[in-house]
Amino acid sequence: MRQHLALLVDNKPGVLTHVAGLISRRGINIEAINAGYTEDADITRINIIVEVKDHWELDQAVNQLAKLINVIKIVILDDKPFVSYDLALIKIRYITAKDRIELSNLAELFHAKIVDVDKQSLIFRLAGREDHIDAMLNMLQYYEILEIARTGSISLSRGKDAVKHMET
Amino acid sequence: MNINGAQAIIECLKKEGVSVVFGYPGGTVLTLYDELYKAEFPHILTGHEQGAIHAADGYARATGKTGVCFATSGPGVCNMVTGIATANMDSVPLVIISGQVTTSLIGRDSFQEADISGITTPITKHNYLIKDVEELPHILKEAFYIASTGRPGPVLIDIAKDVFDATLNFKYPKTVHLRGYSGRYIGQEDHVTQAVEALAAAHKPLLLAGGGVILSNTSGYLRSFVEKTQIPVITTLMGKGAVPDSYANHLGMVGMHGSYAANMAVMECDLLLAIGSRFDDRVTGDAENFAPNARIVHFDIDKVEINKIVHADISVGGDLRWSLPLLANQVQQGRTPYKKQYQEWRNHVLAMKKDHPFACRHLENQISPEVLIKKLNQRLDDDTIVVTDVGQHQMWAAQFYDTEKPRHFITSGGLGTMGYGLPAAMGAKLACPGQTVLLLSGDGSIMMNCQEFATLADNGIAVKTVVLCNSVLGMVNQWQRMFYHRRYAASLLKKGNRIPAISEAMGVPGFTATTPDTLDEAIEKFLSVPGPALLEVRIPADENVYPMVPGGKRLNEMILEGGSRT
Repeated sequence: MRQHLALLVDNKPGVLTHVAGLISRRGINIEAINAGYTEDADITRINIIVEVKDHWELDQAVNQLAKLINVIKIVILDDKPFVSYDLALIKIRYITAKDRIELSNLAELFHAKIVDVDKQSLIFRLAGREDHIDAMLNMLQYYEILEIARTGSISLSRGKDAVKHMET
Repeated sequence: MNINGAQAIIECLKKEGVSVVFGYPGGTVLTLYDELYKAEFPHILTGHEQGAIHAADGYARATGKTGVCFATSGPGVCNMVTGIATANMDSVPLVIISGQVTTSLIGRDSFQEADISGITTPITKHNYLIKDVEELPHILKEAFYIASTGRPGPVLIDIAKDVFDATLNFKYPKTVHLRGYSGRYIGQEDHVTQAVEALAAAHKPLLLAGGGVILSNTSGYLRSFVEKTQIPVITTLMGKGAVPDSYANHLGMVGMHGSYAANMAVMECDLLLAIGSRFDDRVTGDAENFAPNARIVHFDIDKVEINKIVHADISVGGDLRWSLPLLANQVQQGRTPYKKQYQEWRNHVLAMKKDHPFACRHLENQISPEVLIKKLNQRLDDDTIVVTDVGQHQMWAAQFYDTEKPRHFITSGGLGTMGYGLPAAMGAKLACPGQTVLLLSGDGSIMMNCQEFATLADNGIAVKTVVLCNSVLGMVNQWQRMFYHRRYAASLLKKGNRIPAISEAMGVPGFTATTPDTLDEAIEKFLSVPGPALLEVRIPADENVYPMVPGGKRLNEMILEGGSRT
């Protein structure tokens, strides 16, 4: 089962390494991990999507992570409604002007932006739910995708509750 | 006050009440050692960095205080890695201070550079790399706090060389502020009540005491609980001493080389109360079939341990210093007639204990290791701290030496580190100079840190070492005998190695006993030496440790003396 974890950690060097290292040492599969600044300068938020067999494995992972000295809070977002979005940058090669127009139409359909255009390539910027990005990538398979960069999901719980106020 | 980083560290050590540091100097810690010298701070120079860290570990286990050691960068602190892992597995509070190359040289593969904070991340409770002298005081404060609170463990502080020389306005913080760690863990009182209710409903309960009882200094509460309820007791290797071995309802150690009664009691009990134990595979055997008929109650400070190996029907998460007084109090005040209720069960397990003691061979012309350990036990008082190495002798020590008090049996349990014993005994003796410290080792283990005999002699540290000498790597040999058709691959040592000659060369008087009739006299002679001394005892090479539960088997599938099976 796929679970979204939100971690608040000390904004210090090496903390992401500690978190990622522990997850891999304990044999848990990470599907996505990313980190970024938060409203508190001393805190980094790490978003992790793990693939676990069952609740036992999930509890083990969460408890192990909670033990790290630099982990301030860890919450499983899947327990309550939450929103989750990805950002993708996709570089496509095109040959004819007709291709470019088709691609531009596709961008409109998927609410993607074209953020770079060159003679033979362009870059889409697409923000959306993971399946939305997958759907666009599916349509793009008829073109030559030169490269893709994806952030992995970042997530927030719905409503006024923030992770820092939630129970672990 | 304006002082340099090295002086700041010495000041921190004084503030933390550190009485001695173990270590080995080198390029990156020259300034630290210079300040140590000027401050005349007590320091023990060991023969090897591994010796220093095991000594700090032995010191910590004997006292409960945090052990401290120093090493230089690269090879220096890399030599401590085994010791760090040893302490981590057995939850021993240590602070390791290592020098790192100068800040500007970090990451350039400089001379004697190793990424020790990276290397030790999986085997420390926490670690730091300090590149700014201003961070020193609060990190040292944090390190001592983290090492000694909650579930204790080793904390490493790697310090760039220039930080020792840099000046700071030193002020040692009084408190720590860690957003992700409190070190205090008070659980829910109703969970303790549930445990008491389970005890009231049980007819065949069993108490399993683990190392957590020793670490938390709560054996007093456990004893009051045990005396009130008259519940049969078993301990893990790390829990030895939590309840006196001589206590009537104590069935002995459980697990791979546990007693018949202890292992059978696990398989038959209807309630297993595990206190501060993490259900190591050497304890459980086949974990799926561990205590198959029992409800399991698990007391532990570490949430991760609950349900990790064995499912707990009732879990009491929290510090034993909080939960055990509550437990002891609730059973004292309750009306359950525990003693009467458990009478039949107690009679049954005590009969098993009487009928199946640990196997002890009485040999005609050779010294049996079991007899030797019993003799030493009889000869030495209850204040004696027994330290062991790893292997057959360790198991015989656990089986045959009665430990009456916590922190009086010191052994590398989780990691099983050969070479741990001699330096750990040194640390224990320095911590407890008024007590006899007896090291039981083997002729395999002793060679792994034998350089520390020189440290004992140089500093007059009166450790009494007994080496059980059978010219084989005994435990490896036993497995090869049992499971590899007696193919003794790489487990036969050169016959005629003279361990006393090694210790004597370094200034520790050595003696040898080869026959039963000379043993008593040899023991007396060896013990009468005022300083450190060594006694080599020749024992047969084909002796097995029994009972034995082969790896992955159920605890009632024991191989008993002579190879018979349960």
